[in-house]
Order: sequence, then C-alpha cells, then structure tokens
Amino acid sequence: MNARTLDPAHHLIEKEPYYEPVGDEIQLFEAAWRQQIPVLLKGPTGCGKTRFMEHMAWRLKRPLITVSCHDDLTASDLVGRYLVKGGETVWVDGPLTRAVRCGGICYLDEVVEARKDTMVVIHPLADDRRTLPMEKLGQIVEAPPEFCLAISYNPGYQSVLKDLKQSTRQRFVALEFDYPSPELERRIVTAESGVSEQVAANLVRFAQMTRNLKGSGLEEGASTRLLVHAGKLIADGVSPVSACKSAVAQAVTDDADMLKAIQELSSSIF
Amino acid sequence: MALTPLTATEMEASLHVWLDTEFTFFKVEELAAELQPLARDEQDFILGWIRRIASTHITLAWQFGRRAPALLPRMERRLLEAWAVHTCDVFDRTGLQTALRVMEEVDSFDAQQHRNDAAGALFDEIAPVLGNFVCGLSGRRLKLEQGDAAWTDGERIVLPPLIAALPDESDNFQLAKVTVALLWAQTRFGTLRIDFVELGRRYDDPDRALARVHALETLRLSACIARELPGLHREMLRLRQQLDTPLPADWQAFAVTLAHPDATESDSLALLAQAYALDTCPCWKDQGCLRPEAVATTRAARIDKEKARLRIKLAELLEEHAAGKPDSPQERPPPPDIDVAPREQNGALDFEITLDGAPLAPPDDVKQLLTSVYLDFGEIPPEYLSPAGEGEYDPKKVFDQPEDPDAVWHGTYHEKGAELYPEWDLGRQHYRKNWCVMREKGVTPVYDDFVRDTLAKHQGVIKHLRKKFEVMRDENRLDRRQTQGDEIDLDALVEALADAQDGREMSDRLFQQMHRAERNIAVAFLVDMSGSTKGWINEAEREALILLCEALELLGDRYAIYGFSGTTRKRCELFRIKTFDDIYDDEVRARISGIRPQEYTRMGFALRHMTKLLNGVEAKTRVLVTLSDGRPDDYFDVYRGEYGVEDTRMALLEASRTGIHPFCITLDRDARDYLPHMYGAARYIILDDVRQLPVKVTDIYRRITT
Repeated sequence: MNARTLDPAHHLIEKEPYYEPVGDEIQLFEAAWRQQIPVLLKGPTGCGKTRFMEHMAWRLKRPLITVSCHDDLTASDLVGRYLVKGGETVWVDGPLTRAVRCGGICYLDEVVEARKDTMVVIHPLADDRRTLPMEKLGQIVEAPPEFCLAISYNPGYQSVLKDLKQSTRQRFVALEFDYPSPELERRIVTAESGVSEQVAANLVRFAQMTRNLKGSGLEEGASTRLLVHAGKLIADGVSPVSACKSAVAQAVTDDADMLKAIQELSSSIF
Repeated sequence: MALTPLTATEMEASLHVWLDTEFTFFKVEELAAELQPLARDEQDFILGWIRRIASTHITLAWQFGRRAPALLPRMERRLLEAWAVHTCDVFDRTGLQTALRVMEEVDSFDAQQHRNDAAGALFDEIAPVLGNFVCGLSGRRLKLEQGDAAWTDGERIVLPPLIAALPDESDNFQLAKVTVALLWAQTRFGTLRIDFVELGRRYDDPDRALARVHALETLRLSACIARELPGLHREMLRLRQQLDTPLPADWQAFAVTLAHPDATESDSLALLAQAYALDTCPCWKDQGCLRPEAVATTRAARIDKEKARLRIKLAELLEEHAAGKPDSPQERPPPPDIDVAPREQNGALDFEITLDGAPLAPPDDVKQLLTSVYLDFGEIPPEYLSPAGEGEYDPKKVFDQPEDPDAVWHGTYHEKGAELYPEWDLGRQHYRKNWCVMREKGVTPVYDDFVRDTLAKHQGVIKHLRKKFEVMRDENRLDRRQTQGDEIDLDALVEALADAQDGREMSDRLFQQMHRAERNIAVAFLVDMSGSTKGWINEAEREALILLCEALELLGDRYAIYGFSGTTRKRCELFRIKTFDDIYDDEVRARISGIRPQEYTRMGFALRHMTKLLNGVEAKTRVLVTLSDGRPDDYFDVYRGEYGVEDTRMALLEASRTGIHPFCITLDRDARDYLPHMYGAARYIILDDVRQLPVKVTDIYRRITT
C-alpha cells in the first residue's frame, strides 16, 4: 500500500482537527491574521500549540506548513537553496518561501532551537514590510495578505542561550498556552482517546500529581498529549497502571526512583 | 568448593592488630574461639565488619565481635550489616555512649517478633520513592524523615527504619506506602486541626480518648483515601485483612457515618463521647501514631510566620497589580477588597483570588502559602487577607535569611545553616553521613597594586597567551567540497562537470557549508588556600589566576573560581572568588588579590560542592581543575594519609560519574605517589617550579579543553 503524498503548499486540512478553546485564543488569532500580525505561541510541551495551529489552518482554510526547528536549522533551510540536477543548478524553495508564495500559514515550532541567522529572514516578514528577501536569487518576495507567520516557544527552559531576543519577540502577538483546567482537560482526554469520563478524570488527577513533582526532580509534569496517549492505550485494552507507566512515567523521566514514585502514584489512583 | 574455616590462631593474629590489644587488652582469644566453629564465609563476614568498625572505634568493634556470632543464626545478614552501619552513624553523630546503647539494644532482639525482617522495607531504600510519592499528592509539601515510629507533625512524615510486618517484601513496601498516605491524609483532610491537648483535658483518661479519636479519624481518612486514591485503598483493605482484626461490631456504625463525603474532623469529635464509652478500640498496623505535642509545636511556629508571609506577599501582589494601572485621581484609594475562594476539584486544591471582583492569577508561592493556611484552618481567615502595611513586619524575621557563616561560631550550635556533605571512610568502606559541615564564604577584596604589577610583570606572557587563545577561538569557517551544504561550491561544480565531459566519474562533493563552532565549556577552578601555600605559592596562585582570567575572557568560556580550606570536618570552608555569574571586574580582581592562606587541605567536601555547582551550569563540557600544593590533610585528624586520599578519590569518582572532567595541577613533587591513584594517569600535572605556575596553568588549560 502506498502512503498518500501531499504537497504541503496546496494541501488544505479537510477534517476539523479537534480543539477545545481555553480562552479567547481563536478570536485573537483570527483578528491577528486579518490584521496581518505574526503570532507567538508560548507554553509547555504537549499542551496543544500544534493542534491549535492545525485547527486555525482548517478554520481559515489556509495550507499549514510546519517546520520543527533544530539547532542545525539555517536560513537557507527555510528560504531555499540551489541544487545540482543533471549538470544544471536548480533553485528549490524552502518551506518558508513556499508558504509565502502560496499565502499559507508557516508555523516554526520551537523557534529558539534554530540558528541565530534564521532570525534575519524572519524579521522582515514579521513587521509591516512583510517581505522575504532571497539574497541568493536576488529577489524579494512580498507576502500576500493571507500569509501568516506563527512561531512557538517554551519559556520553561530558562536557559540564557535559548531565549528569544527582544527584537524578535516584540514583533509578535503572544498567545499563552498552559495545561487546560481539570474539567477541560478531562473533556479533551475523553474526546481524543475514547476512554470513559471516569478514567479520563483519573488520568487528569494523575497528571496533576506529576505536575506537583515539577521542580523536585521532574523537569516537566505530564502533558495533555501524554494523557491522550495513555487514554488511547487504555481504550485499546491495556490496563491503566501499565498504560500510565509506558505512556507517562517512562516519557517524563529516566530516574529509577522517580519512575517508581510515579508508578506508585498511578497505582494509587487506578 | 567451600573454603576451609580459619583456625583460632590465624584469626587471633588479625584481631590483635585490628583491636590494638597491646593497649586495649581485649581478650581476643575468647572471640577467636567463638568464631572458630563457624563456616568460612560467616567468619569472613564477621571479621570483615570487625575490621571496618575498628577503623571507627575499637570498643564498638569489640562489642560487635562479642555479639555477632550469637546473632548470626537468628538475624538476617542484611540487618546485621544495617545495624553495624547504624551504630557507626550514631557514633559519628553523638559519640560512644549512645552508640554502645544502640549496640546493646540488639540483645533484646526477639527473633519471633522479627521473623519478617528479611523481607522488610528499609527506610533508606524506600525513602527516595515515597518521598517523591508524597510530593506528588496535593496539599502542603511534606518531608520524609527517619525516626523511631510512624507519625507526622504536619510538615514532615516520620517513618521507622524498618517496616516488616509481613513476610513479603513488596507487601511491606505497600504497607509503608499506605502508612505514608494515611499520615499525609491527616494533614490534607484536617485531622491535625483538632486541638488534641485541649481534647485530652476534657476526659479522665486522655490516652483512652486520644486512641479513640485516632481510630475514628483513621476510619474517616480511610474513606477519604477510598475516594481520592481508589487503587491505594484496595491495597489498604488487602493488607488490613492480613494484619488486623475485623472492625468490632459496635464500630461499624461509626464507619458508615464517617465515610460520608462531607464528613469532617468535627464529625469524628461528635462521635468521640460514644466511642470513649466503648471498651473496644480498633487499631490498625498502618495508622502510625499520634504525637499531639509535636503537632502543636510545629503548628504554633508555622502559623504566625505564614500569616505574615501571606500578608506581605499579597501586598506585593497588589503593588504589582497597581503598577500596571494608570494613577487614579483619588489621593487615597479605598482598601482593596480581596477575596479568596478555595476550590477542590478532582482531588486537587486550587485557589481563585479576586480583587475588587476581578480575578487575579496568584503566583506559585502564594498558592503554596494559601494551601498551607487553608490546611491549618479549613478556610482562609479574613484577617489573613488584609495586605501588610509598609513596615508592619520586619522581613528579616519573617523570611528565612541566609546565615552569616561566621556568626554561628559565636553560639554553640555550629551546624546551623551549613550544608552537610558525606565523606568516604576507607576503613568502614562506607560513607560517613552528613560528616562535613560546609559553608560558602566571601573573600574580602583587597584593592592594591597586585593586579597591575602582575599584568606588567607578565606582559610578554600575556601577549603570547592572547595569541594562542585567539587561535583557539574556533571561528566560523567555510567548509568546501561537502556532500551537503547551504550553497554550491562553484569550483567543485566546474571541476565535476569537466570530469563528466571527460567521461570520468563525477564527484558528489559539490557544496560548501559555513561551519559555525561554539565552545560550550564550563570550568570551575578550585584553589588550595591551605596554610602551606603561604608565601611563594600563594603569590604564584594569585598571579596564575589573573593570567587565567585574562585569557579566559577572550574565549568566552564560563568559569568560576573558588578557594577551599578548613579545620576539621566541623569547619569546612569554600571561599567564593568568582561565581559562574560574576563578571570579571575590578571586584573579582581585588578578590583574587585578597586570597590569603587559611588552614588545612580537606578536599572531599570542596570537590563534592563544586560538582554540585558545576552540574547546575548548562554546558556540553564541564571541567573541574584543582590547583594544589600537596596531599589532602587536616588538623589532627585521620584525614592525613590514606583516608584523605581515598575520600578525595571517591569525591572525584562521584564527579566523573556525573560527567565532569576533573583535572589537577599540583606543586607537590611527591604527588606521583598518590595522584595517579586519585585522578588517573593522564589527569594531572606536576610542576617542579612554583614560578612556572602562572605561565603553565593557562597553557595547561588550553591543552585540556581542546
């Protein structure tokens, strides 16, 4: 069986991605999009930033191009580069250029991880110029009104090296994400994984316990995403305790004592 | 094949040496005779421990030897070992008399009562797990400590050293977990809000009343746990079935009343008169005991402090809130109306603060305070919510202040505010827990001409060093002819096309890439400030540090400089010269200039503390460089000699295990005897001439970090 190959620049999200709004973020994002202001999403991992972007892309009927940034990502990875094909040099657009050209939404996930030179191409796109300079082609691409730039960033890392510069952050409208309230999180887990309300409530309670451990040995508590994973395993017939172990405990820590403690917490609840 | 047992004569020879019989006159012959009939591995076990304990105290070792042969058949070896280590720990802490008493306690050891000990849950083994477990539960943060029995005072949970009521190890762990959960529930669900002292006064037999209220509360708390932690409750019921008698018939009704979700501690108190009249009183193995005095003392100490803290924090919160608003035209704004609504949702405790009707997001520390206050009163008393006025409280008295490291020596309690570090005891083959009393101190900056003179004196060297270090600054460079890259390497492409025209194979190395290198090194320098460095060495050390800083500033590596010295384990001192966060400025230079020789060279604690500091810094490579002039040593202490070398080696191993690269630069020419053992062959360097130090240190640094 062949997997479907999709061209991200022309691919629109067809089915509504499930998303539970926490506050007025949908309204804010739509307003920012209409006003052509770029958006910065802040928040811990697994609290729904990427899902929110998918949902917004679906709502606004724009193609979504997501780039997961890593510490080797350079400006040319975003803009594009020349390649050699059969003795000729051929220019190939990078994901950011493709998004600009087709008026899509470009989402740069964990942007602080990327090399500093990437900011150079982001800045002119992120202010009222809304242009993408392509030095190597000697061109400047002007972004259509539908184009939207969104970046995400986890302020929890607290490292001097991985901080957004003021000149960058002050170009964006910032939306803050956090773990949803227990009630909402329960609804999300139920809807996403298909477990019963009661199991979802217990999973949420378990997640809160792990979040209490943040700072005393855990870097980060269990995210909503992990709860959904655990819920899916449970819905598939795995016992809750071993689902929590594989999907949550093992995912948040390698420390043997901490693992055991988290195990004890989950076995206390289920 | 079992080894042949040792003969009495063979053992006597060793015992004479270990127990120093020439002076102590212990009758080792009797001991050897007792040991003779045992199997070889039993002999080795006991002899090994006699030798290890003898390195701590000979009398203890002798007492151990006299008791061990008789204990071996009825006591688990694991326990015997734990008992030996515990005795040594007690000796470390409180001296010979109490240690001997601990030693004697073992005589009353009843094998019947302790038949499950082999499968017991040892505190040291379960504490890391249960400590985190209780942290994860909601409410006030509780610490886990070891003590004589299981009880709680509302701020810590105390567990006995061994929980061994059941024959199965995992069951004993579960029992410990259930006990911890019940003790946690006492704080979380209001048991500790009961005024037990006043309660005792109302009854003729206070102990009887106390036992009954404890039982009633345990019934209520068990029901709370059934709701909050159903999985744990199942375990609890299973264990109670094995351990406890069923609930007496006349108590069944109480259980039903108290299992109601709205039942509080006052319902238990309402039933107390009835329960007091009953002759039976259930008692569960997992309920721990009630210590009203401890609860009252900690509560009294906590309440006023937290009231003050909360009011100050609220005032701060208001100030921040007001700062965000434009100035109101009124001269004096009306007092703000703060309202706090506790919310118990899905087992978690949360608070919603509203200010004049508008919600306010409380920071974590305020939430913690609110939680703690709520647990003490079952509500947030209104007087806690009036923000503190200016100057109403002295923050020095309300918040814990960092101790002045010198002030403690005026009093009698010398360990106050210090950090405690373990030390490896070679003879015991075990750590001495909390042995070194360590404090960080500042160095008084001395503003003199030293820095200027040094820079002038070594002008040539500095120029040379600068050049060398600038080369090290791994700068960006263009890598050509790569298989991947940002841009096409045109030269390579033209060549490749020409090759293709010729019919030769075309290279695929057609790209060029910018290579960006970032040094990501954190280095800590630990400088010997012992008395022996007085004179030349001290001066050379200071000069070396100045040169080093000049060079390091060029590289941009993060670095810290600390000096160490000490007198005995009670006074271990680390001197902050430059922390990782300090900038290399005039004050740091003056501090380097102010480095003065102090006392002795106890090294283990310094290495352990630096390991901790280094691990707090984010870097790919962490290096710990020690500058020293001799072997580890301390004032009239066993630290001199092998013990010190082994402890230092252990501290270095601990550092290596966390990924730190230790390195040593020494001026001790005899160091070849012990340094390879401590650091490993390639991890040290010996300088023959003090005057080389300033020049060499920088050079060595260059070598070990490239």
